[in-house]
Amino acid sequence: MPSFRDLPWLSLAPADFRERCAALDKLASGWGVALQHLATHRLDARSAARLGKVISRCREAHRPLDPLSGFRLGVLSNATFDLVVEQLPAAAARHGVDLEAVTGEYDQVVQETADPQSRINTARLDACLLAVDHRWLRLDRPNLDGSDGVAPALAQLKSASAAIAQNAGCPVIFQTIPVPPLALFGSYERRVAGSVRSQIAQANKGIAALATETGSYLLDTAALAERIGTDAWFDPVQWLAYKLPFSADCIPAYADTLGRLLGAIRGKARKCLVLDLDNTIWGGVIGDDGMDGIAIGQGSATGEAFLAVQQLALELRSRGILLAASSKNNDDVARGPFRDHPDMLLHESDIAVFQANWIDKPSNLEAIARSLNIGLDALVLLDDNPAERAHVRAALPAVAVPELPEDPALFPWYLASAGYFESVSFSAEDRSRADSYASDARRADVLARSHDTGDYLSSLAMKIAFAPFDSLGRQRIAQLINKSNQFNLTTRRYTEAEIAALEADPSVFTLQVRLADRFGDLGMIGVVVCRRIAHESMPAWDIDTWLMSCRVLGRRIEEAMLARIAATAREAGVAALVGRYIPTAKNSMVADHYLKLGFTLVEQSADGVRTFVLTLSGYTAPALPLA
Amino acid sequence: MSEIMDKVADIIRDMFEDYDGPVDGALTAEQVPDWDSLAQVKLMVAVEGEFGIRFESREINEPANVGELVEMIKKKLAKK
Repeated sequence: MPSFRDLPWLSLAPADFRERCAALDKLASGWGVALQHLATHRLDARSAARLGKVISRCREAHRPLDPLSGFRLGVLSNATFDLVVEQLPAAAARHGVDLEAVTGEYDQVVQETADPQSRINTARLDACLLAVDHRWLRLDRPNLDGSDGVAPALAQLKSASAAIAQNAGCPVIFQTIPVPPLALFGSYERRVAGSVRSQIAQANKGIAALATETGSYLLDTAALAERIGTDAWFDPVQWLAYKLPFSADCIPAYADTLGRLLGAIRGKARKCLVLDLDNTIWGGVIGDDGMDGIAIGQGSATGEAFLAVQQLALELRSRGILLAASSKNNDDVARGPFRDHPDMLLHESDIAVFQANWIDKPSNLEAIARSLNIGLDALVLLDDNPAERAHVRAALPAVAVPELPEDPALFPWYLASAGYFESVSFSAEDRSRADSYASDARRADVLARSHDTGDYLSSLAMKIAFAPFDSLGRQRIAQLINKSNQFNLTTRRYTEAEIAALEADPSVFTLQVRLADRFGDLGMIGVVVCRRIAHESMPAWDIDTWLMSCRVLGRRIEEAMLARIAATAREAGVAALVGRYIPTAKNSMVADHYLKLGFTLVEQSADGVRTFVLTLSGYTAPALPLA
Repeated sequence: MSEIMDKVADIIRDMFEDYDGPVDGALTAEQVPDWDSLAQVKLMVAVEGEFGIRFESREINEPANVGELVEMIKKKLAKK
């Protein structure tokens, strides 16, 4: 089970983080974008501090840091808060904010707020964080004699915030109070009004009410401590030795939680959740598995896991977050489950923009943003495929793309924990926002701009392996031959026995194609069968079967396969390749497959069967990003 | 042992950017400008994070110089 403390939805910092920080200093422009990109990783204390120093230097050099929005935050605490403050600018940059923190003197909260000439009151702050804890509020001890410990605590907070409002002229950020793990009464604790737990619970209610009453903000530190676990949050050694308010291990999580609040204040919270479909909101691939084959619904752990993902999406929609879909599928095939599957929670009318096509995801995300008239920085992409996630992050750094684990049961945890949709208000307009967008799941036009995929493909470090059919691969070959519907040129089905016969037939050329990349082994992703024929009295190969897994589209695998077929054909004295496209209800995506590979269309029959020819003397294999 | 010293020296140089002098076992807080009590806190917490160790209350103010700190780290790593 992942822990919030580790921020697992963020990818790991690159190994050369230090060097990239140094390189940022030397940029001539675009510092804001570079800072936000570097900040959007899991950062330990030293890396966060290092990035914070880069941010300070940028500010000192008066470099414009757009698209980051400036924020000057005062911080008052009864504890040693410097170690927290050191990590705040990096976390704020992650959420679109250029943060300048102004700290009050250690444990001088009242003095700082009351003295009009104090550092806090003269700093022209945008807000002031009252980072005080149960110790300052005297809620660290029970009141068993019937006296009220909560009212004085709330009065202290109210008075401090009033002083700030008057002297600093800025809003306050209150914190809720975590409950220390020292239950005096055990399970009876909640039934004693003056126990520590009861008092803090009451105080937290009062703090939330105070925030509403005074128009202040609320940082729910108690909820954060609960997530991490108060045993991990509180650290008596570090309090006694260093006066740290909570364990130093929790600082990155605290900083991120505060960062997302500041981002929300500055209007940087995300507005639209873009959902991949296959293996993200249902189990399986709709194009290959069909309506009966996808896993969604009660009765299996997997089906219920995806129900939970859809449920979370619907709940986000109900509070004003727009939903979009982006999937590599035929449009009608992708819409099928939304229309006809009885167990789906999401319907077409819940999706504002529905992009199902074979164009790359970055282009589709741009189309979605344009269609909804929002920025790319308002989008979140939920996608189970690590290669797609890396592609989008590289092509569109403004889009938030959480890391996801293998197990879909944890998808809701990751999405909800990442905090992309933090808010500081909830209005009637929010409630009705999703409905106010035309509920027609419209298709947005994708501009013909192609994203340079060269670097991305090289970064995948792909390794391709070719082999003829063999007994080891037979079962998987049979599966692909009999189940592939979309990327299948001729949809010829063979039994395992027939495939075994092909293995042994010397007049037939067979190919099983395997692929691995830096994310893992994709297994067998392509199958080819060629038969010797004569074409215009030349020895030729007729491509009886060519099929591929849709998972590896856009990686130039087709070109690699052709290069392999051509090389082997040449060695066998073959002069031409003949490829055929036999149309079915499901394989329209490959109608132009041979055309794209440089074949010439020589015949098209009345029922749509197309015949293509490639003369090998005119063919040269291209350079490909494949090992 | 020198690997521990290298890591500790790295942390110290990161924290005290303006200090150009030698970072070795003999170094004390007095010799480095800005190495005040807050810096001491930051250093100990950074060391705890870097090596995955935790200092007990009584250990925190024990080391008189960097060399003794490195010794303490070494003992704690051996116990893990």
